[in-house]
Amino acid sequence: MADSMIERAAMSTPPGTARRIRGLSDRTIAWIFVSPTIFLLLAVNIFPLIWTIRLSFTNFRANRPNAEVAWVGLRNYERILTDSDIWQTMQATAHFLFWTLFFQVLIGFTLAWLINRKFKGNDLWTTIIVLPMMLSPAVVGNFWTFLYQPQIGLFNYGIAFLTGADPTSFSMIGDVALAPWAIIIVDTWMWTPFVTLICLAGLRSIPDSIYEAAECDRASNWRQFWTITIPMTLPFLMLAVLFRGIENFKMFDLVVQLTGGGPGNTTTLTSIDLKREAFEKWRTGYSSAYAIILFVTVFGLASIYVKALNKVKER
Amino acid sequence: MQFKRTMFVATAALAAGSAAATADDLTLCWAAWDPANALVELSKDFEAQSGHTMSFEFVPWPNFADRMLNELNSGGELCDLMIGDSQWIGLGAEAGHYIQLNDFFDAEGISMEDFLPATVTGYAEWPKGTPNYWALPAYADVVGWTYRKDWFEKPELQAEFEETYGRKLEAPKTLDELKDIATFFQERTIDGKTVYGAAIYTERGSEGITMGVTNVLYNYGFDYGTPEDPYKLEGVVNSPEAAEGLEFYKELYDCCTPPGSSDWYMSEDIDAYKSGQVALQMNFAFIWPGVEADPNVGGGKSGYFANPEGPNGHFAQLGGQGISVVSYSDSQDAALEYIKWFAQPEIQQRWWDMGGASAMRAVVEAPDFATSQPFAQTFLDSMAIVKDFWAEPAYASLLLAMQDHVHSYVVAGEGTAQEALDNLVSDWTEIFEDEGKM
Repeated sequence: MADSMIERAAMSTPPGTARRIRGLSDRTIAWIFVSPTIFLLLAVNIFPLIWTIRLSFTNFRANRPNAEVAWVGLRNYERILTDSDIWQTMQATAHFLFWTLFFQVLIGFTLAWLINRKFKGNDLWTTIIVLPMMLSPAVVGNFWTFLYQPQIGLFNYGIAFLTGADPTSFSMIGDVALAPWAIIIVDTWMWTPFVTLICLAGLRSIPDSIYEAAECDRASNWRQFWTITIPMTLPFLMLAVLFRGIENFKMFDLVVQLTGGGPGNTTTLTSIDLKREAFEKWRTGYSSAYAIILFVTVFGLASIYVKALNKVKER
Repeated sequence: MQFKRTMFVATAALAAGSAAATADDLTLCWAAWDPANALVELSKDFEAQSGHTMSFEFVPWPNFADRMLNELNSGGELCDLMIGDSQWIGLGAEAGHYIQLNDFFDAEGISMEDFLPATVTGYAEWPKGTPNYWALPAYADVVGWTYRKDWFEKPELQAEFEETYGRKLEAPKTLDELKDIATFFQERTIDGKTVYGAAIYTERGSEGITMGVTNVLYNYGFDYGTPEDPYKLEGVVNSPEAAEGLEFYKELYDCCTPPGSSDWYMSEDIDAYKSGQVALQMNFAFIWPGVEADPNVGGGKSGYFANPEGPNGHFAQLGGQGISVVSYSDSQDAALEYIKWFAQPEIQQRWWDMGGASAMRAVVEAPDFATSQPFAQTFLDSMAIVKDFWAEPAYASLLLAMQDHVHSYVVAGEGTAQEALDNLVSDWTEIFEDEGKM
């Protein structure tokens, strides 16, 4: 039956086509298979990137397609790099990035280490811990604005209970000093489980035999932790930092929902600022230059980091 | 006879067929708010009369500009009719998003003199002050104030206020009086509950704080250019008087608003007022029918007053919108039919009766209009003193710069009022230079 199907298929192929296909080299056939993907990649990634670079040297505005477009050279780049407001948003982003990564790694690893120890209800606790990251950032942002509400918010009442302060005496998202920490708290609450899961995978990948050998050598728990646990989970931790770092560099939805970038510009991260320039002010040329600067920054930092990660993995 | 009857039936069928063939499905785009629901009801009359069907695309206010301007900028065909914000008119006209309506108005006998002059200037004209019309005034709106009349009438509060401030506790006439009242109510216990002075606009993300602070700035002397030079910013936008006005708004925010009101706009102000948190509420007039109907604060418990005057003027921030025909629409004729229908005095009267805010003089200047609703007189008083934000094609950039500098000073407390306005002048100058207008 199979033979007859193959025969039928062969017979249905026009002799000219069959001859042509038989004449193709492996390399050509490989190109034929790969070319749709390459075409898609070029169309979706590379072409927009080149187009953005081109736009970044112009004064183009997407909301005025018929207006004359002028070549402005490096003016957009110069304006961005000398704009104190943009440096302020860079600082806000760096602050957010550093502290969220710090807390998420610290708490995430601790939780993973605790969960990794076998105890009753282990699976249930794992499920409960990962719940926050299953929620939509818009939902999380929305309900944390209620939690932070000075008059009715549970967060303020919790702090008041612990410190004795009046719950209405401080506003987490309305105070310049507190707002940057308000967004860090929420992001940490939401994304620490992600770091926990990655760390847990790392911890579970360490063979028990290594710990058993260490026990035989009478290594203390502390020494086992620093010489076995940490080095062997370090590549996983670094991977988690890379993922979270890239994600938080482009953080938008959660912060917009929580603070709208305020008060003032205190929590205006670069992605929020870029969106305002591109799609509210419609300074397309300017925002293209802004996007290129951010792209180069993230790409550069990520490349250095990945090299470091590879070195750690090789050890 | 039989032949005649057959011919009649055939002709009628043909007429019905041709009517069906020209019936369009029109989509009207607007913000998602109470008046939009009233317009859905009102438009049923148009559907019955014209045979066209109406669809509606309503977007909540915080996303309204983003969503709809993206739609227009991309040449989208979603909206046949757009009730766009007053500040969009420059962009709508210059970028070709809206069709010019002068010939249509002339042909249909629709006169702009039949509408309140401020709404014609604010919602329909571009360039301002010229008879080039791109919209029909659709919804007249203005920032005004609501106050808890039932609290103001409490004898013990009246006595204490009079003793403290040496005058009666009543709707304020000046901004200073307003601040006194807000201070008086701040953190006061009324009916066993702590209440606060005033809910004002402080929102950062879209247009909130600008729509609020301008009500004070205008009355202290802030302006957008001069009659001689419409783009003269230095000394006009950042005059010492304007800086004083900005300081006043910050003082009002610091002294007399509820905790956590650092990012409040229309809906947050309404919620605070209806839930009995505040004595005064700054908000657009569109909320007034809803306040009157509310079981907690309606039915005579609330009063209304126009934005109080300041030391150098008496103005209020214009809100509201005009209705335009989108140039990318495939159903422009049907859309124009809708505008013709909407411009009829009886439809405008029903629009007001249903909770809409007509800008037609035949409606608002009718002898019984001022007494038709408890807030009607305040609406008229407020519409008489309106001033609007820039309606330039670059309005979004101008608005965001103002949002940024004003919020940074008022809410975040960064720098001084003078610095905030100086920085605003610097940003606005750069924007106008980019636009080739300076």
